[in-house]
Amino acid sequence: MQLVINGLVIGSIIAITAIGLSMIYKTLNFVNFAHGDFVAFAAYIALFANASLGMHLASAFLVAILATIVLGIFMEKVVWHPMRRKNASRTTLIIISIGLALVLRNTLIFIWGGSTRNYNIPVRRGFEFFGATIAPNQVLVIISAFILVFALHCLLSRTKIGKSIRALSDNIDLARISGIDVDRVILWTWVIGLGLAAAGGVLYGLVTAIRPDMGWYLLLPMFAAVILGGIGNPYGTIAGGIVIGLSQELSTAILPTEYKFAVSFVVMTLVLLLKPEGIFGGAK
Amino acid sequence: MGVKVKILEVRDLVTGYTDLNILHGISIHIKSGEIVSIIGPNGSGKSTLMKTIFGLLRPRGGAIVFKDHDITGVKPDAVVRLGMSYVPQEKEFFPSLTILENLEMGAFIRDDDISDSLERIYAIFPALKEKRQIRAGSLSGGEQRMVGIGRALMLSPDLLLLDEPSAGLAPVMRNMVFEKIAEINRAGTSILIVEQNARRSLGISDRGYVLETGRNRFEGRGQELLENEDVLRLYLGG
Ligand SMILES: Nc1ncnc2c1ncn2[C@@H]1O[C@H](COP(=O)(O)OP(=O)(O)OP(=O)(O)O)[C@@H](O)[C@H]1O
Ligand SMILES: [Mg+2]
Repeated sequence: MQLVINGLVIGSIIAITAIGLSMIYKTLNFVNFAHGDFVAFAAYIALFANASLGMHLASAFLVAILATIVLGIFMEKVVWHPMRRKNASRTTLIIISIGLALVLRNTLIFIWGGSTRNYNIPVRRGFEFFGATIAPNQVLVIISAFILVFALHCLLSRTKIGKSIRALSDNIDLARISGIDVDRVILWTWVIGLGLAAAGGVLYGLVTAIRPDMGWYLLLPMFAAVILGGIGNPYGTIAGGIVIGLSQELSTAILPTEYKFAVSFVVMTLVLLLKPEGIFGGAK
Repeated sequence: MGVKVKILEVRDLVTGYTDLNILHGISIHIKSGEIVSIIGPNGSGKSTLMKTIFGLLRPRGGAIVFKDHDITGVKPDAVVRLGMSYVPQEKEFFPSLTILENLEMGAFIRDDDISDSLERIYAIFPALKEKRQIRAGSLSGGEQRMVGIGRALMLSPDLLLLDEPSAGLAPVMRNMVFEKIAEINRAGTSILIVEQNARRSLGISDRGYVLETGRNRFEGRGQELLENEDVLRLYLGG
């Protein structure tokens, strides 16, 4: 039971952080290796606002999301958009994103050092639930993730901008042909994808120690969730994230904890071999 | 079709994807109210011509004039705003969007109420209305074609470009598509069609052009081309 709870917690973090990775992958056709470092960046901004500036964690959460989105818009304007205009190849984009990942991570190390940190929040005792101990932070993570997923759903299915984001990830050429302002919608895709990644990053800091490489190590599970859910399918990615989170935690019942991250790798490889379009993405 | 105004004129168009040119000086025009067919063997540059007219590919020479606007090298979103729509040869719909959402995307540049346009599309393709909440990816080939054409009609274009609208469809569906094209034309939209199914296409067309390796080969009235022996032998299978 404890493992299921832990799995759901980490699974919801993987789910909401991976959505942006999935949408950008499908829309711009490249894997953004810096995605995980945006997650870590957000956690550090929240840490700074909370521990150094003394803000309440809820305000720090908003500040972190905003800062991450601003950084994302800046990157789109000065790097990704100009690169697309030059018809940069997919390989070029991937290499740039790896470079960006390194720069981001080393900036975090440079400013905050490599040691682990925690938010400045009161430690509350967990409560018993069917023999498992649930920390209040874990509940907070699951509830926040649920709200975010619901908000995302409303955005994607009810608003014009949300529908056009889905249209772009379906068929960017047809979007252009339809007269959709593709560059503006791509900007929105970054805003929403990185906003969710940032939210996930701050929440991740509630249940794990904040380290500069926390996002980098999340990249593999996120990527597994993306593959599992079918690239570009946000709902599939959410389901994929939960599955990966659960399998990681449950694996510790039979395998040493160090193998936890290998689980996402195994799941991802199996899916790629058996059903490359993803388990939840097949309905195309 | 008494109207004589040219709605679209393409003059000496040269373009290509790589260093190599694919179109070597194509000239065509469409008069207001006409249906015009472009036929030619695989790889002769028909789709390339469509993409270039619509601004997806940059012309290297020549000119494109639409309703007195020089649209040479103009981007698709501006072309859309001038009143031209395009149904590409493949992937002509958004698979994970519902039928309704596909149609909404066709009217993306409009900020006002689009229910009048929706009703007009549903009147042409009643099947789309019933299934409007269904994802386009799970529809049949014929229905997907209707979604593609419907999306392109959402802004009531003056000129509609159709790239192989009947390709890959069962005979019944193919007939339906050609009937609908004629119907859309009667309602006032000029149409440029690229087709493999040259007989059917020329049959509903006022005029036609035959392309060969990026050059004009023949042109004439639809019926004339159908009776031309060279055209028959080369492209209509004798
Ligand atoms: N994206 C592209 N990049 C490079 N070359 C291309 C591209 N698209 C088409 N071509 C080449 O341009 C030439 C003309 O292609 P085009 O698609 O215009 O022909 P088409 O007349 O539409 O043929 P089809 O009847 O098969 O649709 C072909 O030789 C093709 O290989
Ligand atoms: Mg073609």
